Amino acid sequence: MKKLLLCLLTLGLLAAACGDDDSSGGGELEASTPVDISGTTVTLMTHDSFYVSDSVFEAFTAETGATVELLQVGDAGTMVSEAILTKDAPLADVLFGIDNTFLQRGLDADLFDAYASSNLSGVFPELVLDDQNRVTPIDFGDVCINYWIDALPEGAEPPMSLEDLTDPVFADEVVVQSPESSSPGLAFLLATINGTDDWEQYWADLVANGVSVTAGWEDAYYGEFTAGGGDRSIVVSYASSPPAEVIFADPPVEVAPTGVLLDSCFRQIEFAGILAGTDNRAGAEALIDFMLTPTYQEDVPLNMFVFPALEAAALPSEFVEFASVAEDPQIIAPADIEANRDTWVERWVEIVLG
Amino acid sequence: MNQRARIGRRAIGGAVLVVVPAVFIAVFFGYPIATVLWRGLGGGGGETFLDLAESSRQRDIVWFTLWQAVASTALTLVVGLPAASIVARLPPRRQRLVRALVTVPFVLPTVLVAGAFTEVFAVTGLDEGALRLRHTVWAILIAHVFFNYAVVVRTVGAFWSGLDHRMEEAARSLGATAWAAFREVTLPRLRPAIASAAAIVFLFSFTSFGVVLILGGPRRATLETEIYRQAVTRTDLETAAALAVVQLVAVLALVVVSTRLERRRPIVGRGARLSRRAASPVWRWVNLGIGFVLLGGPIGVLMERSFSTGDGYGFDHYRALAERAPQLPAPATTALANSIVFAVTATAMAVLVGLLASLVVVHGRRGLARVFDLGLTLPLGTSAVTIGFGMLIALDEPPLDLRTSWWIIPIAHALVGVPFVVRTMVPVLRAIDPALHEAAGVLGASPARARREIDLPIGLRGLVVGAGFAFAVSLGEFGATSFLPRRPENLTAPVALFRLLSTPGDLLRGQAMALAVVLMVLVAAAVLVIESARGSDEGVF
Repeated sequence: MKKLLLCLLTLGLLAAACGDDDSSGGGELEASTPVDISGTTVTLMTHDSFYVSDSVFEAFTAETGATVELLQVGDAGTMVSEAILTKDAPLADVLFGIDNTFLQRGLDADLFDAYASSNLSGVFPELVLDDQNRVTPIDFGDVCINYWIDALPEGAEPPMSLEDLTDPVFADEVVVQSPESSSPGLAFLLATINGTDDWEQYWADLVANGVSVTAGWEDAYYGEFTAGGGDRSIVVSYASSPPAEVIFADPPVEVAPTGVLLDSCFRQIEFAGILAGTDNRAGAEALIDFMLTPTYQEDVPLNMFVFPALEAAALPSEFVEFASVAEDPQIIAPADIEANRDTWVERWVEIVLG
Repeated sequence: MNQRARIGRRAIGGAVLVVVPAVFIAVFFGYPIATVLWRGLGGGGGETFLDLAESSRQRDIVWFTLWQAVASTALTLVVGLPAASIVARLPPRRQRLVRALVTVPFVLPTVLVAGAFTEVFAVTGLDEGALRLRHTVWAILIAHVFFNYAVVVRTVGAFWSGLDHRMEEAARSLGATAWAAFREVTLPRLRPAIASAAAIVFLFSFTSFGVVLILGGPRRATLETEIYRQAVTRTDLETAAALAVVQLVAVLALVVVSTRLERRRPIVGRGARLSRRAASPVWRWVNLGIGFVLLGGPIGVLMERSFSTGDGYGFDHYRALAERAPQLPAPATTALANSIVFAVTATAMAVLVGLLASLVVVHGRRGLARVFDLGLTLPLGTSAVTIGFGMLIALDEPPLDLRTSWWIIPIAHALVGVPFVVRTMVPVLRAIDPALHEAAGVLGASPARARREIDLPIGLRGLVVGAGFAFAVSLGEFGATSFLPRRPENLTAPVALFRLLSTPGDLLRGQAMALAVVLMVLVAAAVLVIESARGSDEGVF
């Protein structure tokens, strides 16, 4: 029995010892330039929706000799909160997946060390939102109104503008997510704040037109939208949803069953940044550089259904054919989002949920 | 063996009983929670609480959280108790089968269940006009009954089948109706098990997250969803921490009340007050029928969807589980294998900690017993955000830098499993007739030996039920897991399922449904195996 007790007491210690004591190998190599990072581990913290093909990080290892270790946690909001909570003892060297709606929160918390990647010159310039380069844009996606083409009300043309959604012809057809609990929900609220003359009146009109609100994307898209057998033909989703509807169709289809209202899009940009306090700074820099190479960038669309930030990255054929990029997406500076988010959301709750 | 050595060994045995559960709960629950609350409240805790008390929104949230949990508990008892009585009367083998089958909802993610309920509502015409259930409190209550039915049927059913039925027979032969015999003889003896089950149902409903958000609609908020909103969406850690304290205090109060009810010595009838009320078994069968519809409806919808392919029905989605979908770092089958290993580990920890703790609760000194009883139940009533964030900031230094270790996942799961083991074990151990111990003493057995040879075999009845719960909870756990940083190779089945559902496309959705069905089959089979390990089912009370 005593032995058992000892075993149990040491279980925690053992677990810690068996756990990770990596990402510390690079320390003694710091002096030389360019730094040799081979043999080190670069830890990348990201959200649960992250995935790249195995071959991608293998290419990084072949190039640099360093291995990438992934840590995944919840959604982007949870990830940022946890990164801030663990700031004094960071869990990783690089954080990926903080988007422009959360960016300022991370910057205000001094989460990142500045790093200007030499590959930065190749990305779409409008994606670079931090002039100190504390974060680097990696990919972007547009949150837009989607509609199920065959399920639109009889005789109705697809909606062409945000204002069209308040047209009685689309009464009881629209379902959106609450910005209180959903990231696309927040993005769409921001799109309407920027894209309509009077967003509060706009939402009052949407309510009058029978808009439905769900807590998250899943229960909107699969619960009330046509895709899951629901009776609403218009939903807030992504500009990349139509290609997914083609690729994962059952039975296979030739054309996407859904369309996108490109006038309604809010652009979400995902960034990577080097976490302050990393003990593998050279490895972290190499990983950020690598995330802006075609090897990484061209793998991103079909795995995460987002668009590469690198201008030169080639798009897969499904994207070329079925995905569209908003020409003039709604953009709000991260600092403005952070400063006003709570007020906007609270006002939205009053108007819509009342 | 001389006297001193015997006393020494007993002391060590006693120390192990106390120390193992105490260390487990202190290190993995108490310390992290204290750290995160301390960090959140900082110096200005008092003001935050005042702000909370002044906010009518927050007062409404606390009130709604409480009353929906009370209503869910009452409703679950009303629906579950008749079923428990029927289950208790079944032959042992069928009893085990039913007890395994009702566990199935435990592993189902709320997103899927909510969708399935919506379809059931639509099919039965409960989604129109005045009868509309979606986004109403009723939808929340019904879903809570769905998820918690097993808690009542299993906990009370197992306890019930162990009762000595000769007492009811005696009452009947003295002229009591079946109902009178139940009310006067059975019910008082069942009370500890009912109190125990009710406590678990209450805590589950009290901290329910997905059900409230999805089925209740975006207008509803409970303490659990509000803590998430404050901590994650608004990063207002101070308010989140204050709310977490409110949650802890409320849970503590509930557990105090419930353990008091549970501890009261079973009374054996209040004399022969015979009533001539009709003893119709019809209502029981009606109730059991409700249970079948309640569980079978949504589960049937999920099964239908898992077999439904673009051109009819087939096993396509099941076959697809063996191949890696683009959204997953590994095939779903690997995630299933991971989840099984986590569940076995978590169950082993929960059983060990829960078993030792139950012995302390039942036989330990009063103060200590009470502290254990409360402390080990608390994790069930604490929000996943509080536990997840707490572990992250507390367990960050050697020797306990567990934040990214494999072990953190089964430990977090075991925290939720322990209360199940304790709550199912304690009523069973308490119900053991003291005469058995006295007899053993007369025959020369030491108290320790009596405990080993009397309590353990009888306690096993509660232990296997608790172990089944611990396994099911771990297999289906999503909340706390999603807050812990994980390596991709540690992908669990519920996380995989959630990711499959987060990209449009019927193939991915079909695969998610198939994965859910496999999880259901798996948990039923595992619970059956665990409960069969008990062997003989003879009543020993």
